Amino acid sequence: MATSNKKNVLDLSFSLITAVASLSIIFIIVGIFWILVRESAPAIHKFGFIDFLISTEWNPVKELFGAAANISGTFMTTALALLFAVPTAIGIAIFVTEVAPNFLKGPVGIAIELLAAIPSIIYGMWGLFTLAPIMSRHIEPFLQKTLGKLPVLEVLFRGTPLGIDILTASVILAIMIIPFTASIARDSFNLTPAVVKESAYALGATQWEVVKNIVLPYSKLGVFGGIVLSLGRALGETMAVAFVLGNNHKIATSFLDAAATITVTLANEFTEADSDIYLSSLYYLALVLFVMSFIALAIAKLMLIRAERKYSR
Amino acid sequence: MDIEQKRKIESIVALVFSTLAAFAGLFWLVFILGDVIVHGIGALKLSLFFNDPVPAGMAGGGLRHAMVGQLMTTFFATLIGVPVGVLGGTFLAEYARRTKYARVISVLADIIVSVPSIVIGTFIYAIMVRPLGHFSGWAGSVALSLIMIPVVLRTTEDMLSMVPWTLREAAFALGAPYYKVIIQVVYRGAATGILTGILLSIARVAGETAPLMFTSFNNNFFSWDMSRPMASLTVTIFQYAMGPYDDWHQQAWAASFVITVFILILTLLGRFVLKWRFKQ
Repeated sequence: MATSNKKNVLDLSFSLITAVASLSIIFIIVGIFWILVRESAPAIHKFGFIDFLISTEWNPVKELFGAAANISGTFMTTALALLFAVPTAIGIAIFVTEVAPNFLKGPVGIAIELLAAIPSIIYGMWGLFTLAPIMSRHIEPFLQKTLGKLPVLEVLFRGTPLGIDILTASVILAIMIIPFTASIARDSFNLTPAVVKESAYALGATQWEVVKNIVLPYSKLGVFGGIVLSLGRALGETMAVAFVLGNNHKIATSFLDAAATITVTLANEFTEADSDIYLSSLYYLALVLFVMSFIALAIAKLMLIRAERKYSR
Repeated sequence: MDIEQKRKIESIVALVFSTLAAFAGLFWLVFILGDVIVHGIGALKLSLFFNDPVPAGMAGGGLRHAMVGQLMTTFFATLIGVPVGVLGGTFLAEYARRTKYARVISVLADIIVSVPSIVIGTFIYAIMVRPLGHFSGWAGSVALSLIMIPVVLRTTEDMLSMVPWTLREAAFALGAPYYKVIIQVVYRGAATGILTGILLSIARVAGETAPLMFTSFNNNFFSWDMSRPMASLTVTIFQYAMGPYDDWHQQAWAASFVITVFILILTLLGRFVLKWRFKQ
């Protein structure tokens, strides 16, 4: 009997240790949320909630802080990046699942995954030294000469093309999120039952008609989930944009304006905050970012789970 | 033109566009990697590995301090993150198998894998840096380990779930208690998979910059002391690339090259091991 008791005790303790380890996930989430709220409490108290979100003031000297410029910078770069990345990513997914000959499928897939593995600081530095000069010398003047001459769009391309601006940051961000979106879109496409596709081919559908009328409708939930996931990642990306966005706390009206995102402000100012309310306001920004990206990521995850449940049988 | 032809042309045009998209993706990869390789190899000198930095603005000096710092921070992050992740994943896949708890935790883990890493930096700053009054290598390691835990936990859970249940039953039938079954049978069956997860999680944190800026900070001197500020290649790249000196830029390229090669090798190794394992 003694040995079986000892076995039970060991088994129980092992299961307890693993249970505690699994709780770490809860500790991390609750801990981050709680600490961010605690640290930003003075700023929440001083600036309120709505007022903080809509105020464009960012003045460390007068100790007045508002998040509007940072939030608008975050949304503008993210939106523009998605605009560039989503069509490309879906194109890549179509290529890999439907078009590419078998010997190309593997290598292209691996290449896209390598693109996802490159650290964001490398993207940022490459953006600063390589992409920004190209943007300021060639692409931005070209855009000003073409799109910038159109009546309404003209506003978006005003300013001196310095290459350190929203457009450059968005391009880098787009390159970074293409792999995530593409690999989820590819997985969703692969969930389309082969029988349905083959039926369409048997009825005489062309390859594009199969993609458009069968694969895309079948996988739209998954693809959409992938897009929202990329959105969540783009919101919180720091190093890729920190080099090329300037750190300008004004709401940008042109794509060629320097701007600041929440992450860029944190990266540049967190260790330099010299007053308690300054630091607290930075924590407030971090809290806003954490909640926004958590919600986006949670929505994405739930969509992906539903997509999988619906079609995986 | 009849409708048949129109449909065919439409199809070809659309597929050409998707092919172009794929090549656009490849183009960026080649562009970025090519640039890092060309500049990096040009700037790479053996002395970078053996020398510490010289005062700002002077030519020469190396990155030994940052390389050692990076390795130490990552090593201790692995030492904290891997056991917690593997054990947590074990609970979800074994004791809590198919329960609601396991499902919720793994969804939450999937979510925090993508939570902005800079937020984790501010979190550790509040709980480890400010109370102690100074930046430290330990704080950096803990920050990185928080990023590793969900990655390792999820892969472990997936890999253990793939070990056939009958294998466990065979061990139970011999009278083995569950913990022994897990350690001696299930872990063995899933070892390659778990190892791959660990490799990929190291690759993931080795390139992180944002969570280190407020935790291990930076240090211009060589140091083994984890309780002091610690240099890392990534933060050094940020500092040097933003700095005014050409010599710094060169070293930033060299550091980028080193870190990119390290991460790509880990990633490829991970993929390769997975492929090889599941072919059998």
